[in-house]
Amino acid sequence: MKTFQELKRNCRKDVSALPTVKVALVGDTATQLLSTAIIGTGVDRGLRIDLFEAEYNQVEQQFLDPGSDLHAFGPELIIVFQSTHKWAEKHALGTNEQKTALADERLDFVRTICSLTPAKVIYLNYPEIDDTIFGSYANRVALSFTWQVRKFNYELMRLSQEIPNLFVCDLAALQNKFGRDMFFDASIYTGTEMILSLDSLPFVSARILDIICALKGKFKKCLILDLDNTVWGGVVGDDGLEGIQLGHGLGIGKAFTEFQMWVKKLKDRGIILCICSKNDEDKAKEPFEKHPDMVLRIKDIAVFMANWETKVDNIRSIQQILNIGFDSMVFLDDNPFERNIVREHIPDITVPELPDDPAEYLEYLYSLNLFETASYSSTDKDRTQQYQVEAKRSSYAKTFQDEAAFLKSLDMVSSVEGFTAFNTPRVAQLSQRSNQFNLRTVRYTEGEIEALSKNPDVIPLTFTLEDKFGDNGLICVIIMKRMDAESLFVDTWFMSCRVLKRGMENFTLNTMVAKAREKGCRRIVGEYLPTLKNGMVKDHYDRLGFTVLGGGRYELDTETYQEKECFIKTK
Amino acid sequence: MERNEVLARVQDIFRDVLDDDEIVLSDATTADDIDEWDSLSHIQLIVAIEKAFKVKFTSKEILSWKNIGELIDCLMTRTA
Repeated sequence: MKTFQELKRNCRKDVSALPTVKVALVGDTATQLLSTAIIGTGVDRGLRIDLFEAEYNQVEQQFLDPGSDLHAFGPELIIVFQSTHKWAEKHALGTNEQKTALADERLDFVRTICSLTPAKVIYLNYPEIDDTIFGSYANRVALSFTWQVRKFNYELMRLSQEIPNLFVCDLAALQNKFGRDMFFDASIYTGTEMILSLDSLPFVSARILDIICALKGKFKKCLILDLDNTVWGGVVGDDGLEGIQLGHGLGIGKAFTEFQMWVKKLKDRGIILCICSKNDEDKAKEPFEKHPDMVLRIKDIAVFMANWETKVDNIRSIQQILNIGFDSMVFLDDNPFERNIVREHIPDITVPELPDDPAEYLEYLYSLNLFETASYSSTDKDRTQQYQVEAKRSSYAKTFQDEAAFLKSLDMVSSVEGFTAFNTPRVAQLSQRSNQFNLRTVRYTEGEIEALSKNPDVIPLTFTLEDKFGDNGLICVIIMKRMDAESLFVDTWFMSCRVLKRGMENFTLNTMVAKAREKGCRRIVGEYLPTLKNGMVKDHYDRLGFTVLGGGRYELDTETYQEKECFIKTK
Repeated sequence: MERNEVLARVQDIFRDVLDDDEIVLSDATTADDIDEWDSLSHIQLIVAIEKAFKVKFTSKEILSWKNIGELIDCLMTRTA
């Protein structure tokens, strides 16, 4: 982690080439140094944070006054930092009734501010201050400060499930990790109203930027693991299946078992697991198949690379199979030499500097918060299986000479729907994840998707794709907006790269044209907005027979449109 | 540690934190003499000095110094 001083130096770098995010920071303590830390951390994450910092202690005024500087600034995100300290003052001065109602009152306030802005609100929850008025007995007394703080933090979680533009930044978790004495410097606070210690600022700004990056589609999707001394203790090639350290029996096996449990939870959350190890393949796979204390099994692994090629080559192969960016991958290896080679050749990949002692792996990894996300859907756990199916499908494809014959043999069906309560989480998630096959890269949250589904001038379409090998689930989304009586504008067209080269584009366009005709629209207008990552759809509209309008825009005449050939049937 | 050594180390800290190698401190130097020394960088300076000398200032001390000389005096009593 960088020091505050280093973050401050970052602020002087030339960031004119970086994408800008408009962020506001409002708080009830002195937040100037936090501002500096946020801007400096942004630079390291490849973002230019255009920060509006409200005057000291103006949270209420800035939100409640429609003409405030905050609203005039028009931020995309608002960070709200109300401190436990100021809240403790309120608690101290209140009557018993007021003390008991403290959390509820503040929760109402959070609900109100979220309704007063279209921006996403990042609310910092409350690190505890144990005032020991009741001692541990506070756990029985509803008006105690401990009770109110814990109640607030818990109810805030529930509130964020309910309010789509509310995102909680877990400051309390951070204080749990580093301790109150590191987090808070009483002598500095007394003289300055600064609640966060200088040492804690880089961690706090990192947690805030984690959320901003996740909302911007920058997050980790894949974890690549070395095996010997990373997943288990010892070297399986030398020590043999029985000799590796795992479980509670042998040596420091417990450390590796708990590490595997963490990895398994990541996989169940939807992180794709891959293995990259210098080993004979059969020896490397044996523990996954036979060792009783292995938590990870072969079925948990999307791509298993155990051979004697370089790790750099193997990671590049994994990237090609998964078709995701190197910047969304994390590589864990106990060997500093391998780590450096991978970093040197694949600069975008994240390679944490694992501690020497495997017992320290987990606590160190917890401190990095590598896997922040802005969405979660219950189907995420199936992702590994989908990539495994994709590997099977590609070897099946090699048995065909003719692409059309291959596609025909897949028996593909797609179900087409608008936005529903069931698919909204997945649509929002895909809108945040899709970088490559994404024509305009507009990111939508669940709340925004829900609002679009109610707008009569919007035609939303979602597509699934299923074939003889399995179901890919929802893989493509179209949002068309009415421009005028006879034209539709394609605001959003993105597709999961898992279903490239299957004729899905043709099927999608056929469906879009049918919808447009149904609505009496003669014209579909598309637009390509280039980003660093969406080069693959540069000629998308050209290829589909749209006419160039200039300025990145294209149009299609739906009256003369000839239905395109494809091998996908409507389900 | 001699007083002039302490002053030299504090000067190094000022140069590092304020990113200005031209800063020269004397007992009479005040915040008015150094552009970058404002109430915000003051906090950074204090924390940096605390770390370098492994001391912890009281809130009263932090607010009490009128010039570098007084800060050094305070440090001398704490590191003696």
